[in-house]
Amino acid sequence: MSQTTADFKPWSRTQMAARAAGDIPEGWYVNLGIGIPTLIADHVPTEKEVVFHSENGILGVGPQPGANEIEPWLVNAGKQYITLRPGGSICHHADSFAMIRGGHLDLCVLGGFQVADNGDLANWATSENDTAPAVGGAMDLAAGAKRLWVLMEHTTKDGKSKLVKTCSYPLTAIGATTRVYTNLAVLDITQKGFVVRDMAPGLTWDTLQARTDAPLHKPE
Amino acid sequence: MINKIVQTMADAMAGIKDGSIVLIGGFGAVGQPNQLIDGLIEQGAKDLVAVANNAGVGHVGLARLMELGRVRKIICSFPRSSDPVVFETLYKAGKIELEITPQGTLAERMRAAGAGVPAFFTATAYGTQLARGKETREIDGRMYVLESAIKGDVALVEAWQADRWGNLTYKLSGRNFNPIMAMASDLAIVQTQHVVELGTLDPDNIHTPGIFVDRVIHIPYGDPKGF
Repeated sequence: MSQTTADFKPWSRTQMAARAAGDIPEGWYVNLGIGIPTLIADHVPTEKEVVFHSENGILGVGPQPGANEIEPWLVNAGKQYITLRPGGSICHHADSFAMIRGGHLDLCVLGGFQVADNGDLANWATSENDTAPAVGGAMDLAAGAKRLWVLMEHTTKDGKSKLVKTCSYPLTAIGATTRVYTNLAVLDITQKGFVVRDMAPGLTWDTLQARTDAPLHKPE
Repeated sequence: MINKIVQTMADAMAGIKDGSIVLIGGFGAVGQPNQLIDGLIEQGAKDLVAVANNAGVGHVGLARLMELGRVRKIICSFPRSSDPVVFETLYKAGKIELEITPQGTLAERMRAAGAGVPAFFTATAYGTQLARGKETREIDGRMYVLESAIKGDVALVEAWQADRWGNLTYKLSGRNFNPIMAMASDLAIVQTQHVVELGTLDPDNIHTPGIFVDRVIHIPYGDPKGF
């Protein structure tokens, strides 16, 4: 008998972000992609010194500004107003992407459409024939950061697994993803494929495997 | 005496030819040279290739230039915005050519042009559809894609401060693509919020040395608004 959704409790987006935030050590330089990954910053306390990077030349992104604290000359890659924490700095776009391409970022966390068990990521277009696809900095980040974590729902709205054997959507980068946080599980990507590190409360192995279109492995 | 400061927009735009590759600074509304784009609209050059991160918002600035049918091709990383209606309409009608390039590759292609480097290898986009048809090479066990430099005929740049030699500073995230676009173009035209006396900018804190700048016009429009 397979489990029904009433038998287990998927993690919320906030819980997924908090879980990922807890796994980031102090001292790392980290880029958070647009979407769920931006929630991670809310779960890293200021006294834990993690330096957040934004593609448009910002290192040391601070908490969101209050309504009276908006600096009109300071936006992030998502074009939202931000603050700069003490020690923050500004550079131009080529230097900002040198930080990425040059392998200086310890971690990038992106959203995803699909992740394959060889680390391939698809997160920028849903069709080869997408009218005017928009890639932004996703390919640079995925290929350049030392580690790539993907934070996404485990399945699509109509129940299809987003963890797959082979991505059907256009790729962002090949073999780049090192860890996936979903609402059902935390998985590392190793030579073997998806290795399950943690599962949502009450979820059984068989249910997780049934909702995943690639073989799952237990940690050794 | 060197004096790159011009008094009128007509002087700032003088000589821009049809068919020019025009690099346009800014990220979101910040550091975007809106008045220079309006000046280019007025000046009349057409059949342009625009290079910018985005493909315009609403019906102003770059979007207006495109709407007037003056842009043949756009090279950008993200042709979406809060209101990309002009670009999308032209693109669907086949009236504008689009070259999508990853944002960091876009930046490096211009930095490379400014530094006299005609092409470079990057791991970005290897194995994706954006690398199709491009030369690839294995270097020290990793695969890379050859990307060519983008040299601009003209750059439109927004600065915070400028002096008459064309030394520039930028304000916060207003820096973005502006310094590399100034480097990468034959004719770098700058609109600046403040003009200062030569010698008053701290030499340790000049972001763009004047060698990369050709013309400066004083446009104190205030804070960027909206996106």
